Amino acid sequence: MVVRSVLVDLLAGNRGGQILLAVLLAAVVVVPISNLLLPEDSVLHVPTYVVSLMGKYLTFALLALSVDLIWGYAGVLSLGHGAFFALGGYAMGMYMMRQIGDRGVYGHPELPDFMVFLDWKELPWYWQGFDWFPFAIIMALVVPGALALVFGWFAFRSRVTGVYLSIITQAMTFALMLAFFRNDMGFGGNNGLTDFKDLLGFNLQADGTRVALFCASAAAVALGYLLGRFIVRSRAGRVLVAVRDAETRVRFLGYRVEHYKLFVFVLSAMLAGLAGALYVPQVGIINPSEFAPAASIEIVVWVAVGGRGSLYGAVLGAILVNYAKTVFTGVLPDMWLFVLGGLFIAVTLFLPKGLVGTVPVFKRAGARWRRRSGRARSPESAP
Amino acid sequence: MSDVAVQARPELHDTILYLDGVSVSFDGFKALNDLSFYVEVGELRAVIGPNGAGKTTMMDVVTGKTRPDRGQVEFNGGIDLTQLDEAAIANLGIGRKFQKPTVFEEHTVFDNLELALAGTRGVFGSLFARLGAASRERIDGVLETTALISHRDRRAGDLSHGQKQWLEIGMLLMQDPELLLVDEPAAGMTDEETEQTAALLTRIAGSRSVVVVEHDMAFVRGLGCRVTVLHEGAVLAEGTLDAVQNDARVVEVYLGR
Repeated sequence: MVVRSVLVDLLAGNRGGQILLAVLLAAVVVVPISNLLLPEDSVLHVPTYVVSLMGKYLTFALLALSVDLIWGYAGVLSLGHGAFFALGGYAMGMYMMRQIGDRGVYGHPELPDFMVFLDWKELPWYWQGFDWFPFAIIMALVVPGALALVFGWFAFRSRVTGVYLSIITQAMTFALMLAFFRNDMGFGGNNGLTDFKDLLGFNLQADGTRVALFCASAAAVALGYLLGRFIVRSRAGRVLVAVRDAETRVRFLGYRVEHYKLFVFVLSAMLAGLAGALYVPQVGIINPSEFAPAASIEIVVWVAVGGRGSLYGAVLGAILVNYAKTVFTGVLPDMWLFVLGGLFIAVTLFLPKGLVGTVPVFKRAGARWRRRSGRARSPESAP
Repeated sequence: MSDVAVQARPELHDTILYLDGVSVSFDGFKALNDLSFYVEVGELRAVIGPNGAGKTTMMDVVTGKTRPDRGQVEFNGGIDLTQLDEAAIANLGIGRKFQKPTVFEEHTVFDNLELALAGTRGVFGSLFARLGAASRERIDGVLETTALISHRDRRAGDLSHGQKQWLEIGMLLMQDPELLLVDEPAAGMTDEETEQTAALLTRIAGSRSVVVVEHDMAFVRGLGCRVTVLHEGAVLAEGTLDAVQNDARVVEVYLGR
């Protein structure tokens, strides 16, 4: 009952959120049936590679949602969220490396292949515990959260804002990329972690596992959306928007602006970490390129395209842009970055509120059209 | 120093704000130069002075935006304000209205007042905060006082300039501060609005202390209170408006030599 009343409260009068949750729910019902129960030659059968592709889009959607929370509401433009995503991904990757056991190429009973290759004798201390799934999931949330806490504590306390903050978040993710490239770090160097075999004992190549991961991603987007919606609808959410629009004024009202920013930054980093943890088993690899500064900028483009400050807009943007990326990199692989850049410029110039910002425009146009056609008909309907 | 400029150091228990020997300089420019300034509990005080006299810097020092290089800044019988940040000072009961009206444009008028409402300021408190009936009534009361009741659910960004000024004063009232610092409340207002604003501030003073920075002499006359003239970061004269207007040095500063 409580859950229901909270849901009604969060979704009342929120058409975008209602549509989002309805679509996610439908996907969770339809996709498993179509993939697992329908015969492969059926027109309605969804092939497993498509399920995983959609699952990947959903993890990007969760990542975009986390960026919208901090950028769209608190006005903090983080260009380093790829780092939190990658850290969550590495935590899950470490768990799956431990799951390989002695089935590696070298057949070592304890160590992953790359450690054997580096002639390491024992598992480094920071790999301890990752053979236990709950620990890995907790780490996928805690490590990005802790990094965001430390980074945000210094940045927000020193009142670093605007473009300066964006630049240091880029520096943060770049520094992490360089660190993870090093073999000595113990995360597989530039090859990263790959050759995963199973997750919780289920074969990663099995259709059922793929479908389950897809459903878990859809559920994570739904829960992430509801959590975000709860925050932005609370008084704390209104404080965040106030910080975005007039930070100094908020301070003089007695709010500790840095605490609010830090709270939402840490939460956002944890959501990004969760997205990364769901992403890695579906793509089968995690390597330092996920830390690349350009990857973080790409996330911001998704959010801008979808429309920031609505949460569901970010989800829409992430899915659409990544679908376009899949199509384009198939047809014209070299052109993708130009398309992405062009898209960003076009959206900034012509659709400052993104795609979801065009909905009211269409609504108004529709109302005008209806009024006009109503007037045209009125002589006939007059008695 | 002329007679009007001299103010004996008052007893601490009846001063709400006490500035002594405060100096602030920016890149060698002395914005405040050994400024001493006292406000009594329940007093309404106008501060005037030419551009660059240090009026806004003085407010910045009191509200924690700027740290003074030297001097004492105390509130309510000995609370040292120089050690606190903006949020802590605001929560002690010092409210500030800016020269340029600053309201939260994307929020409704009601939500603007709700955010200003004295009470919860922590993240987790406000995450689960619910607005009680008593708080709603208080907000509606302030909406009445500031003549914004019919604009309750409008986006604050859509208000007229004068209405934004009033909304900001309303937000100050919601904070329920002991001391209000008001920077040019009549800027950009019509004569009628200016008159109403003066009446509103006069009404507020008494139950709390108010310091008003203003250029508009008609407005200051409307306040009918003690006037402090700042010049080059220090107090040039203090007294009734008539007294300071007849002070030879004030005339010189205002009319040029």
